[in-house]
Amino acid sequence: MKRSLGFVFGGLLVALLLAGVVSNFASSHPDGLDSSLREGCTFDADDEITGGSCPAQEEKEHEIGGPLADYGISGLDNDILSTGLSGVLGVLLTFAVAGGTFWLVRRRGPEPAPEHVAGSPGAGRTDPATTDPTATNKA
Amino acid sequence: METLAMHISNGIINGPVAAVFAAIALAAMALCVLRGRQDLDDRLAPMAGLVAAFIFAVQMLNFPIFTAGVSGHLLGGALAAMLVGPWVGALCVAVVLVVQALVFGDGGVAMLGLNITNMAVIGIAVAYLVIALLLRVLPRTMAGLSITAFVSALVSVVVAAMGFVLQYQLGGTTDLGGNLSGLAGTMAVSHLFIGVGEGLITATTVVTVAKVRPDLVYALRALKPATPAPAPALGGVR
Repeated sequence: MKRSLGFVFGGLLVALLLAGVVSNFASSHPDGLDSSLREGCTFDADDEITGGSCPAQEEKEHEIGGPLADYGISGLDNDILSTGLSGVLGVLLTFAVAGGTFWLVRRRGPEPAPEHVAGSPGAGRTDPATTDPTATNKA
Repeated sequence: METLAMHISNGIINGPVAAVFAAIALAAMALCVLRGRQDLDDRLAPMAGLVAAFIFAVQMLNFPIFTAGVSGHLLGGALAAMLVGPWVGALCVAVVLVVQALVFGDGGVAMLGLNITNMAVIGIAVAYLVIALLLRVLPRTMAGLSITAFVSALVSVVVAAMGFVLQYQLGGTTDLGGNLSGLAGTMAVSHLFIGVGEGLITATTVVTVAKVRPDLVYALRALKPATPAPAPALGGVR
C-alpha cells in the first residue's frame, strides 16, 4: 500500500512535468478532428474562415470559457508560463476530482477477503499434501 | 493563434442529437460507476486518479502526423482500459473530458455527451475487447503486452473517430450534400496515423508500469491465461 502511494506520487510528478514543461513543445496545428472539420474552407493568417464551406464554419462560442480557456492563463503574457501553469493546474485538478471521487465510491470493508477465502482451503489442502508422502512412505 | 480545441465544439452537431448522446453517455457512466465499484479498492482508487491526471497531461502533447499542418494527441482509452480496467477506465476518460469542457473551454459543454460517447464509451469498449482477445492469444511477455497495448490503442482511436462520423451523419450542422465519405475519409486516415502515435504512447506507458509494478496493470490481473502456464516475464511477481 505504501509503495502504491509512492508509485502514484512518482507518476503524478511525471504528469506534472509533461503538462507543465513538455506541453510547450506540442504541435500547434489543428488535430485530426479539427482539421477534418476545416476541410473545404480557406483560412487567413488569424485563422478566420475566409471562404468555402466546411463543418467548422458552424462552430459556436464555448458556454463558459473561463480563465484557463484554451490551456492558458488569461492575462499572463508569457506563453511558456501560461501553457505550463495551466497544464499543472489541470493535472492537479483532474487528479483531485478523479482520485477524490474514486476514493469516495471505492469498495470498502475487510479488504483482503479473496485472499482469506483462498487461504483457508489452501491451508486445508497442504495437510493432505504433506501427509501424502508419509502415506506413500509407509506403504 | 490559440487553436487548441481538441474535442467537438459547440455548433458542430445539432442540439437534439447532442441531447440524445448526453443521455447515452449518462446511462453508460452510471453503469460504469456500478460495475467499476467492484474493481475500486484502496489500491485501484489512487491509481485511477493518476491515470486520469496522466491522460489529461498527455492529451496536451499534440504530435505532428503524416501530413503537414495536422497534429494528433492521445485519447487515452486503451491506456486507461489496460491500467485500471474498462469500467473505471471509462470514468477516468470521462472525468478528463468534463474537466476540459468545464474549466479549459475545450469541447462544448452541450457537446460533452458526444465527446464522452466517442472517447470514453466507444474508445474504451473497443480497446478492452481487443485487449481481452490479444492477451489470451499472445505470449505473456513484455513483447506480447506491448503489441496488445499498441493494437488496442490503434483500433480504438480509429473506431472512436468513426463514432464522430456517425454523429455527424445524424446531426451535423453543415450540409455536406448528403455525402459524408469525404469527412469519413479524412477522419479515418488522420486517426489511423494518430492511432500509431497513440499506440506507441500506450505501449511505452503500459510496459513501463508493468516493469515497475506489474500488479498495477489491471489487464494482467484480470485476464489470466486459460492455463496457468509459466508466465515468464510478467505473472510471477505478485
